[in-house]
Amino acid sequence: MSPLSTVAPPTVKKTSSVGSRIRGGARYAPTLATLVLFILMFVVGAGMYPSFLSGQVLLNLFIDNTFLIVLAVGMTFVILTGGIDLSVGAVVALSMMVTATMLQNGWNPAIVILAVLVIGGGLGLLMGMVIQYFDIQPFIVTLAGMFLARGLCYVISLESIPVTDPFFTEMAQARIPLSEELFISPGVLIALVVVGLAFFILHHTRFGRTVYAIGGNENSAMLMGLAVKSTKILVYCVSGLCSAVAGILFSFYSLSGYSLAAQGMELDAIAAVVIGGTLLTGGVGYVLGSVVGVLVLGIVQTFIAYDGTLSSWWTKIVIGGLLLVFILLQRLFTRRTA
Amino acid sequence: MKSILKNRLAWPVIALVALLAVNQIFRADFLSLRMQDGHLYGSLIDIMRNGAPTILIALGMTLVIASRGIDLSVGAVVAIAGAASCAYIAASPEPASPVTAAMAVLIAVVAGLVLGVWNGFLVSTIGIQPIIATLVLMTAGRGIAQLITDGQIVSVTNDSYKAIGAGYLFTLPISILITAVVFILASVLTRRTALGTLIEAVGINPVASRLAGLRARNIIWIVYIFSAFCAAIAGLMISSNVTAADANNAGLYIEMDAILAVVIGGTSLAGGRYSLVGTVVGAFIIQTLTTTVYTLGIPPEVTLVFKALVVLTVCLLQAPKARNLLRNLRPASPLRTKEKVAV
Repeated sequence: MSPLSTVAPPTVKKTSSVGSRIRGGARYAPTLATLVLFILMFVVGAGMYPSFLSGQVLLNLFIDNTFLIVLAVGMTFVILTGGIDLSVGAVVALSMMVTATMLQNGWNPAIVILAVLVIGGGLGLLMGMVIQYFDIQPFIVTLAGMFLARGLCYVISLESIPVTDPFFTEMAQARIPLSEELFISPGVLIALVVVGLAFFILHHTRFGRTVYAIGGNENSAMLMGLAVKSTKILVYCVSGLCSAVAGILFSFYSLSGYSLAAQGMELDAIAAVVIGGTLLTGGVGYVLGSVVGVLVLGIVQTFIAYDGTLSSWWTKIVIGGLLLVFILLQRLFTRRTA
Repeated sequence: MKSILKNRLAWPVIALVALLAVNQIFRADFLSLRMQDGHLYGSLIDIMRNGAPTILIALGMTLVIASRGIDLSVGAVVAIAGAASCAYIAASPEPASPVTAAMAVLIAVVAGLVLGVWNGFLVSTIGIQPIIATLVLMTAGRGIAQLITDGQIVSVTNDSYKAIGAGYLFTLPISILITAVVFILASVLTRRTALGTLIEAVGINPVASRLAGLRARNIIWIVYIFSAFCAAIAGLMISSNVTAADANNAGLYIEMDAILAVVIGGTSLAGGRYSLVGTVVGAFIIQTLTTTVYTLGIPPEVTLVFKALVVLTVCLLQAPKARNLLRNLRPASPLRTKEKVAV
């Protein structure tokens, strides 16, 4: 009796710590796998094309994908709670249309940006409230949101509207030099600030912890007394805000508003989040993983651009393939930890 | 009256009738049908013909959703089926012969079945969530379709092939007849055999149905294969109607329309009980809505806004929470309280 009891505690402690370490490792594994894949692709690219190795190619991945990074960040919040937001692409287009139209009518850029943020955040908030209060699947509500936002784009204008505002053109053309040869755009800084903010919110605030808790088990989160309702509404607001920011960044990038822009971008955002190691069932995943996910999508496009013989549709096929590989990987890890 | 209103089909049917009535008010000849050159013409026929691909896909989607799944890849399957058949016809030595058309149809259907098997494999054998599993094909599928057509819009000239989407038989468009046949087949197969009940059982509780000795996996295979089959036929219709395969735009967003049709028709996205008739009514509502926008003289670009509002309204009407809210707003009648006591 007594020898047993004296022996038992350390073994229990040991197995539990090993167990948690394995589980912890499994939690990071998909994200790490993405990072390894990204580095591998970069190395392979450098081996195939000498000019690939320049730092600017890496920085261009950021410059060309600022909006997607921000979108993926917003989507990460939603997916972490186990939801989905199909409206983001349409909200990006709506933000661009509102920006272009208001600027054309001579509004101050600061007011325009504020208005776009309010519209994006408001739409997200509205969708979140419908999802939460009426208990309708996020899929359907955000689908309706997508129709609404895309329809409003068409109502504003069917034509492409150019943006000629000096502030916007300045933001589009400005380059921030990092060294003699390397530079980034202001949009990259904004995207990185969004990523930093999201990282802080998810890992260092009560709201962030609640997001993870809801994705882990909504009922437990509720029983623990966490603010499940308001958090579930707010994640859609966050995603809407991110879509608005992405819309502004896309305006910086393209200097126009077009109602058909950003079609299918919601799929790219979801793909980036999944490739970045966030479980679609919610509860597990990292914003930084989603950023790496976007970079992987970006490097696939760069590869195809460098190759020259591959047609653009290979991008879609490769992204689909990557999506499959990472979903299978996730399946493997969840099965092991379950 | 009360029992009629309680029927799940009541609200969708009322909505459809109301939409048709609005159209009739604004255009007196809306509901009239006329014969011309041995073909039936009229707005109703147009609605049915334009809605045929959506109805077909929605039928497949209904069974998938009943099994607690979802199939996002149908739009991509539409594109692949159209691309495969048109590419075959364009490359064949006799691009105008009926045999070539028959082969093209066969190729499209086989392609659809293979893609259905793929989705079924991911969902049932690997056990991936349906929304994600089909997302893979949704993303990659359009790329595959573009690969088949080499990024071009492939146009074909083949009268037999054109008949699928634009031809007439017994005074009716062939696409409507095909859809009707698939609807009857699906209804008979699921309601006259145990299949429908089994699908519902899997949708309500997959674990329990497996423990009850049901091969849940096989049922899941069947619904995804059927869904892709319907999508392939719809792809044939769409590409045949314009005698060209457009890998980028054929069937774009059709998965959304199909899912909406299913939801409007009263089938819950949570799986379980489903109604094929409801789905058809739902698809008609969506198609009539588009027509209504034109009839009322609303600029067509507003269609999507209109659709969003209708979708939200219908979903809210069906959500139990919203219904309870409405019920509480009304003063409780003494009759109802009595009923409750009696129960």
